[in-house]
Amino acid sequence: MRMKYQFAFFDEGSKREIRRATLKAVAIPGYQVPFASREMPIARGWGTGGLQLTLSLVGKDDRLKVIDQGSDESVNAVNIKELIGKTTGIAITEETGEATLIQSRHRIPEIPLHAGQILVLQVPLPEPLRYFEPSEYETKKLHAEQEYSGAWLMLFEQIMKYGHMSTGADHPVLVHKRYVMAPSPIPRFDNSKLNDSEALILLGAGREKKIYAVPPHTEVVSLDFEDFPFVVEPFQGVSCRLCGARGVYMDEVHDEETGETLYQCNDTSYCLQRLNEKRG
Amino acid sequence: MGYVAVKGGTLAIEESIKRLKYERLKKGTVLECARIEGGMRALIDQVMSEGSLYSETLAAIAIKQAEGSPEEAVFLLKAYRSTLPRKHYSCTVESTDMFVERRISASFKNIPGGQILGAAHDYTLRLIDFALQDETDEGAVRWLNRFESEKSGIDVQGADLDNLPKVLDVLRNEGLLLPCGDNDREPDDVTKESVQFPTSRSQRLQILTGGQTGAVTSLGYAALRSFGALHPTVGELRVGNLPIYVGSLLGEGQAEEDYYYIGDIKVTEAETIFPVTVQKENGRKEIEFGIGYGMCYGQNETKAIAMSILDRCLESGDAGYPVYDEEFVLLHINSVESTGFISHLKLPHYVTFRSELDSVRKTRKGKGTVGEDEGERP
Repeated sequence: MRMKYQFAFFDEGSKREIRRATLKAVAIPGYQVPFASREMPIARGWGTGGLQLTLSLVGKDDRLKVIDQGSDESVNAVNIKELIGKTTGIAITEETGEATLIQSRHRIPEIPLHAGQILVLQVPLPEPLRYFEPSEYETKKLHAEQEYSGAWLMLFEQIMKYGHMSTGADHPVLVHKRYVMAPSPIPRFDNSKLNDSEALILLGAGREKKIYAVPPHTEVVSLDFEDFPFVVEPFQGVSCRLCGARGVYMDEVHDEETGETLYQCNDTSYCLQRLNEKRG
Repeated sequence: MGYVAVKGGTLAIEESIKRLKYERLKKGTVLECARIEGGMRALIDQVMSEGSLYSETLAAIAIKQAEGSPEEAVFLLKAYRSTLPRKHYSCTVESTDMFVERRISASFKNIPGGQILGAAHDYTLRLIDFALQDETDEGAVRWLNRFESEKSGIDVQGADLDNLPKVLDVLRNEGLLLPCGDNDREPDDVTKESVQFPTSRSQRLQILTGGQTGAVTSLGYAALRSFGALHPTVGELRVGNLPIYVGSLLGEGQAEEDYYYIGDIKVTEAETIFPVTVQKENGRKEIEFGIGYGMCYGQNETKAIAMSILDRCLESGDAGYPVYDEEFVLLHINSVESTGFISHLKLPHYVTFRSELDSVRKTRKGKGTVGEDEGERP
């Protein structure tokens, strides 16, 4: 028995189902819409939520970019690009500005997104309240009642324990003054890029079966306190060892010989683009 | 130098995939799918059950591709299932219509229709049979011929194998089972709508039957051993084939004669019995029996029995143990979900870890390596 896979992997019924959930998500910014997440040829936890969004949206004229923790060439990005490439045959690009559809694991590109683009973020744990409430049934109620004291308390406790908020990536945000949302594990550095975005931002959690969205020009505020403002990872006085960029999110690179800590742009396509411009 | 440091992942991945194929083929032999179908019945049954897709052919290909790893084979099967349009729901199946190959009861010695042992490992000694190393196809054919001729000599005691009565009917007729009518509510399809809590029974049974065999068994065992201390009796365990029908496309309300027969599926069905204390009038208490139900594709007896225990736990609700908590059980037994999320830990976490590192450094004041200790305002 030999079977051919069809355009964008899914049968059309599945795509419609996912798009319907997506439309609802766009209509209620920050609200987690449950959907019947399909099993994908890529492992759960490897971006299947994002992948399902991308496959349900992709058309023949789209240009796709896929990023894994800042890199277009990392394991996850390569896998996903190969699957989408194989089942659609659409053009794949590394240039942020050129792409119509960008799927990303845990980074928002350094180059500002523009209107008409869609950014799809992969989400491992969509529930910002899960940390203190393990039950899905309960957290659903907390969201409905806008009962977010637990989220604030979590941050408050961190301040009491460590002297500051100790969230790593995935610092919770308030969307459109209504829903507290997990921005996916993007670094705190990227949180502000969610606010008043030109592009549509969709978030998909495959294993947890949720889709949610930040439509263009939606207010997104990182949770913080007046006396303990939200801060991002510091990169003052640091520049990229390859392209010299400043004020972007950096990877730390340890030089084996000298033992020195060096920095380079985490967004590799941004870094390459700058390098190419310099050479050009 | 610049290009090397930021690129190169794709090539490494291609080589790794080649290496995997090499591992599968390096001994210069190829395992034919027909041989998998012939000799790996149990693995095929397990993979079909966890993959929630009934096709021995597809399961065999998946097992070959996965080099025999059940978690990989299930993954392949489930992913393939996502590409298939759902055109029909089958008509309701009555398990009394099963063509029984094996059926035992641990509650009564003499059951209507008799105990039928069928094929099971239960009665074997688990000694490695070294003779299997030299087994040949010719030997197998000779054995089969002999088996056929022996069989014709034995008197099959005229049991009506596709119409055996249910053991539980004995208890039901005595009024010892908690009464429950047929629930004819249209089942909720968990593949079409994700489950919301609290769940319906149809959702629970669907998730349990597709659960990872090991996970369902372990949780069922936990309930049996100590956490909830349930000790069920197997009322009836059946293995056999069920005919599947679909209605015509023309609409509802059609006569049964118009249904289309689309084939048989082999299933294991377990009905277990639990004593339940029931409060009667004036605070008087009586003990009656409650039922746990398990059914799964193929011959997967341990899983079906464990499923029936978990069904009972989730039906009776919270008793202070995790195995009675539907979110705890239902959200953690799916093979693709659990293995996927655990294996995602192998993905790069450079960005997220860098972010965490920053928080850790901040809590250890003065030990940060970057600029000032305080973070930046965005």
